[in-house]
Amino acid sequence: MKAIEADNLSKRYAKTEALCGVSFEVEEGELFGLIGPDGAGKTTLFRLLTTLIVPDGGTASVGGLDIVRDYRRIRELVGYMPGRFSLYPDLSVEENLAFFAALFGVRIADNYELIAPIYRQIEPFRRRRAGKLSGGMKQKLALCCALVHRPSILFLDEPTTGVDAVSRSEFWDMLFELKARGISMLVSTPYMDEARRCDRIALIDRGSLLGIDTPGGILHRFREPLYALSGDDMYGLLIEARRASGIRKCYPFGAAHHLIATSDFDPTAFVRELAARGFQKVEIVPTEPGIEDVFIQLMHHE
Amino acid sequence: MRTLFVLLDKEVRQFFRNPFLPRMVVLFPLLVMLVIPWITTFDVRHIGVAVVDHDRSEVTARLITKIGASDYFSLFDVVDDYTSALRHLEAGEVDAILEIPSGFGRGLELGTPERVTISANGVNAVKGSAGMQYLIRVVTQTCSELQAERGIPSLADAVVVQNRYNPTLEYRNFMLPALMIMLLIMICGFLPALNLVGEKEAGTIEQINVTPVSRFTFTLAKLIPFWLVGFVVLTIAMLLAWAVYGLTPAGTIGAIALAAALFVLTMSGIGVVIANYSVNMQQTMFMMYFFVMVFVLMSGLITPVESMPEWAEWITRFLPPRYFIDIMRAVYLKGTTIAELGWNYGALALSAVIFDLWAALSYRKQA
Repeated sequence: MKAIEADNLSKRYAKTEALCGVSFEVEEGELFGLIGPDGAGKTTLFRLLTTLIVPDGGTASVGGLDIVRDYRRIRELVGYMPGRFSLYPDLSVEENLAFFAALFGVRIADNYELIAPIYRQIEPFRRRRAGKLSGGMKQKLALCCALVHRPSILFLDEPTTGVDAVSRSEFWDMLFELKARGISMLVSTPYMDEARRCDRIALIDRGSLLGIDTPGGILHRFREPLYALSGDDMYGLLIEARRASGIRKCYPFGAAHHLIATSDFDPTAFVRELAARGFQKVEIVPTEPGIEDVFIQLMHHE
Repeated sequence: MRTLFVLLDKEVRQFFRNPFLPRMVVLFPLLVMLVIPWITTFDVRHIGVAVVDHDRSEVTARLITKIGASDYFSLFDVVDDYTSALRHLEAGEVDAILEIPSGFGRGLELGTPERVTISANGVNAVKGSAGMQYLIRVVTQTCSELQAERGIPSLADAVVVQNRYNPTLEYRNFMLPALMIMLLIMICGFLPALNLVGEKEAGTIEQINVTPVSRFTFTLAKLIPFWLVGFVVLTIAMLLAWAVYGLTPAGTIGAIALAAALFVLTMSGIGVVIANYSVNMQQTMFMMYFFVMVFVLMSGLITPVESMPEWAEWITRFLPPRYFIDIMRAVYLKGTTIAELGWNYGALALSAVIFDLWAALSYRKQA
């Protein structure tokens, strides 16, 4: 049995098509990443699979249960951590956890060993109001609350958005521990570096999946030559590169610009040309594509 | 059952942790019960009067003294011609003019009195009409006094007026039960509505929706706390009515408590229904204000239902506060029993069931 199966799922809000025919499968015990920009439809997909909304078309099952017909049983089976912090800010850490445990008919002690590695980090603050926690601690509490009833499938919608880099990395370590315990996970993130830590990822944009593969497999899909271009006048270079022939695509990427070139592109000739036009310290080096490059490439292929 | 208890426990904790709500539940009834009864009164006092005296007799002198001595009037001036009196009225300095024709005193003695004219400013309809009534009373009273002194039988004693249940026709006794109801409408309607839509805005409702909690349990947990709050508010208001205004219910407290219990369940049900259909605070507030306004103005809180046009009276049958108001006034002032008001209790019970069921059914865990 698959943990999650979605077949041609569609959802529209008034005039906007939030999801158009999304199909994918998540294996049991798999850590599956959903990568896409804001407004791609990630949250809609989460809300569909956690039975908060019903689809306009297509079917899906979670833990083998239909999301429309068996929604009651799914709710006992899954844990959901929404993108926005949505615990009670005026209840303490301990009270929030006890409350959500009680709603599922369990006590904190019943599944303590599951949440212990995470909960121990916030336990010193257990009497503090949840609203007064730092971003990283809020997120750990939210994860505890989503786990307290020992779900077999965990839905994490942008769990690390707005959290510092160290906490983000710690958070992913925790997800690995949960994965080791056999919990299947669907995680969405706008951060490409996090995508690399998933078993498989799906790229999503404007309501459609652009591709599903392992992070390595996704990178192999990038076959065109990729260069990093840098120099003194970065903006001027961007304009020039976009105008030049033999360059498919040029976009800012961190400190450099990434160029997707055609196979007959000659980088040395291009640098000479730029120098002749008065650009200084121009450098161009071949570079390895990241998931972001794959994403940008796929996005513009449509 | 255990889930309901957990949800209630959470609501109570949140209520007491709110820096504002517990204080409001105490202060709101205090303010309303201590301030409003003094200002919402139709007993009009200090009506400015100008007298145009064409007669200048002993009778008019007596009349003018009487007007000047009364707390209801403040005698502005006694003038000779109507035009200058009218100028005072136009300037807003007086509310009514009493014009006494010449020969009024003599006519009274002969038994063929001349007509007295009263002109009142109708802009403030309440003050104008009350002023007119009072003036008529003063004039007829003075006349019959004079006639009695001279041994002429007068007609004024032929009618004896007795106000049952509210002997002094104190408007305050009419208003106090109404104010208690207004408090319950405001507090028990708004609080659950704002509480629920607050969970929507904070997103916490999403987290509840993915749990197996049933919508009936969840709705009950939203209704019960405000049911208790309603009783606290009502108790404070009733104690104040007794301590400050000396008004105690003529009927049983049980009759009031039963009606209040049903009414509060209705109001909080309405609040939850409105919150269920709205997305944010603005929508909820706007809808709540609309209904509260209709309830306050159309249920007979201020103006009696009987004096409304027939179509409006027909609408009031669908307003739950109407039945509660009937009960409160009857129990408070007349001492009516539950059995005698059976129809009203039935209507309230029905509305409580309808709105609370609607509240539970309109709560969607799935969109």
